[in-house]
Amino acid sequence: MSFYVVQFLSGLASAAALFLVASGLSIIFGVTRIVNFAHGAFYMLGAYVAFSLTERLSGTLGFWGGIIAAAVIVALIGVLVEMLLLRRIYRSPELFQLLATFGLTLMVEDLAVLIWGPDDLLGRRAPGLRGAFDFFGQAIPTYDVLLMVLGPVVLGALWLLFHRTRWGVLVRAATQDRDMVAALGVNQKWLFTSVFALGVFLAALGGALQIPRDAVNHTMDLRIIVDVFVVVVIGGLGSITGAFVAAVLVSELNAFGILIFPKISIILVFLVMAVVLIVRPWGLFGKPEAAARQTPGLAVQPWRPLSSQARLAFVGVLILAAALPLLGSNYALIVGAEIAIFVIFAVSLHFLMSVGGMASFGHAAYFGLGAYGVAFLAKLAGLPMIACLLLGPLLGLFGAIVFGWFAVQLSGVYFAMLTLAFAQIVWSIAFQWVDVTGGDNGILGVWPAALVATPARFYWLALAITALSVVVLRVLVFSPFGYALRATRDSGLRSEAIGINSKRIQWTAFVIAGTFAALAGALFAYLKGSVFPDNAGIALSVDSLVMVLLGGVETVSGAVVGAIVYKALSIWLVSYTELSKLVMGAVIVLLVVMFPKGIVGTFDSLIESGRLSFLKRGSSRATQTEGAE
Amino acid sequence: MKLSVSALNSYYGPAHILFDVDLEVGAGEVVALLGRNGAGKSTTFRSLVGLVAHREGRITFEGHDISKAPTHAIGRAGLGYVPEERRIFTDLTVEENLEVGRQPARPGAPQWSREKLFALFPNLAEMRNRAGGRMSGGEQQMLTIARTLMGNPSLVLLDEPSEGLSPKIVEQMAHAILTMKKEGLSILLSEQNLHFARLISDRSYIIERGRICFSGTMADLDARPDIRDAHLAM
Repeated sequence: MSFYVVQFLSGLASAAALFLVASGLSIIFGVTRIVNFAHGAFYMLGAYVAFSLTERLSGTLGFWGGIIAAAVIVALIGVLVEMLLLRRIYRSPELFQLLATFGLTLMVEDLAVLIWGPDDLLGRRAPGLRGAFDFFGQAIPTYDVLLMVLGPVVLGALWLLFHRTRWGVLVRAATQDRDMVAALGVNQKWLFTSVFALGVFLAALGGALQIPRDAVNHTMDLRIIVDVFVVVVIGGLGSITGAFVAAVLVSELNAFGILIFPKISIILVFLVMAVVLIVRPWGLFGKPEAAARQTPGLAVQPWRPLSSQARLAFVGVLILAAALPLLGSNYALIVGAEIAIFVIFAVSLHFLMSVGGMASFGHAAYFGLGAYGVAFLAKLAGLPMIACLLLGPLLGLFGAIVFGWFAVQLSGVYFAMLTLAFAQIVWSIAFQWVDVTGGDNGILGVWPAALVATPARFYWLALAITALSVVVLRVLVFSPFGYALRATRDSGLRSEAIGINSKRIQWTAFVIAGTFAALAGALFAYLKGSVFPDNAGIALSVDSLVMVLLGGVETVSGAVVGAIVYKALSIWLVSYTELSKLVMGAVIVLLVVMFPKGIVGTFDSLIESGRLSFLKRGSSRATQTEGAE
Repeated sequence: MKLSVSALNSYYGPAHILFDVDLEVGAGEVVALLGRNGAGKSTTFRSLVGLVAHREGRITFEGHDISKAPTHAIGRAGLGYVPEERRIFTDLTVEENLEVGRQPARPGAPQWSREKLFALFPNLAEMRNRAGGRMSGGEQQMLTIARTLMGNPSLVLLDEPSEGLSPKIVEQMAHAILTMKKEGLSILLSEQNLHFARLISDRSYIIERGRICFSGTMADLDARPDIRDAHLAM
């Protein structure tokens, strides 16, 4: 019995860090409406800076002073980030905000490795709290007791701050109606900056307090952010009480999940999250959002099917691409096949995101499921390649059916966070269920059939499947189903009112997009000859988002161009620099801030403005008023 | 002039909403902006306080050009705004709503305190700790005016203060606005209800399809029943 009590108390101690980070994220979201993906990075920075400070400062005062100083220093970095980056994107679509802060996370990761090195760092134990309590024969670290107390104390302090100070009242008012607060003479810039500083302070404090418990390393940012997303989805984004309750719930589920499903403990958290979402889609303590902002939406120009010249051009480009084996080396063919596969992947996300208005942050889940589907069939069932390619993507299809059902219940940032959490679950299962998936070692030896075993033939196969996928998805965009999907994207209520079952339409689109992503994953497994958990990883999900963004979210063909440019660029980049994350992160941030229309979008508006220059003003203003209406 | 507006043009995206609107409000004056639903009354007000992103023209308030100023600076300068949709902070109590509006006293403008406002709107005094979301429409309308007055403005924009209120509350509202005027506050209000406007206003403008099509005293307007009937269907 006492063992379970100790397990429970240990869960409570873990909840402290989770609560600190999640409450910071919630507070920032409440006022600025930005889901700060970089919150995990600030948590990690808090731990690193605290590590460095506590190494140098001695004594009890030095240790605790170091922890607090670390949180303050990181909060100041947060202020800089807010002033230099976030102020430029407060009016941008939420997808861009998530991407920009994700880009920041990538940059911080590489910078952390540059400064502190790639190895785990073991921090100092807290002076005076090194011992343990004896609890009916079980030891509870004294430090854990401190953390258990800290959570409720911070919750109470935040409550006082928000209810007993003028600043807190202004923040709560701004959470509800920013414009009205401004009309009453309050400078929002100052309010936003201070709120961001507080949120970052809490995250960094959470990280700094972890150093006596856990090793510090450069992967702790993504680990915590996924847990934090789960916490805010369960607790309700914007609610501090919700963050507290959900942090305790998730930590306890993790603590006991390990006892019940030692291999796949994340399953328990997932089940609870699913139940919460069915009963209360906006979380236990959250409030339904009035009308979710449109997900992409910069300046919508009506889409048109390709003209006959454009179709000819498409065929021409395809013939040119098919001629690559005549000119290129084997290496070029392998790169070409990889690019073709990523075109399918990007186009499938584009279908979900631009056509369906659902920006998924976990599209790699279905890519990974397709890859594993092929690997299981080929290695365990020993099926031939044709059967594997046809049946393997079914795993992605099933995954999309299950996850998609939950995901389409939500929209906007909730949708993004939930899809990310699902992808992380797929990744965790692939990583943890070693008996079946081989864990980190992956599944090796998935080789293509002899017929397509040469680079040239495999390239042709990939190119043919890619061309077919692009055409099928494009036909869908301009089919009645596509019209219905775009109607639900542009106005859910109005399309419901004319008899469209919008949830079912979105679910179907989710499954279609997931299946095509799985097809890409299946081909990818044969290209590489192996399958790894990273085929469902966050990095890959974000790659797909950047491809669509780079090409132009609002265009029909942007994803194709974006995938080709991005993939070529990243293959080149990885071979030339050690700091690929830093460069990639900077590219993402710049893209979002300076170049939000993407390649094809910019090209389109150049044509548009050249021919019809008097329309320029109207189209660029379109976004700002969407919110006002 | 307290407030003078010349050649104001406003746009929502590609749509041109206001066309060369000219307006003036003198110190201590109560001026009514009359017009039908959708004529551009609210857009005029939103443009004046900088809540319409795209606006052109010259707006001077107490001699300063505020046509490029951000919303909060306009509020700080003493131009108060009471929106039509009230925009009460529903999660905040009455007292907290007033706290958000609070600003230091301003020379030359009437000064308000919580107690003075509770005297002006006695209903509010009885529900100081009630959440804004749990109040009736009339109470919310009083709170939104009181909240703006907490900023000690020298001019307030009242967007349809009588809309959707019961006759008894409308009467209270007219009384409150006359008290505000007596304190020396300048007021620009928008109305569809001509009878209500006549009770409290010195002058009026009529706006139709984004253009000002009449300007004069209330007596001038009464002398032109043709204009009244053409633009203000009662």
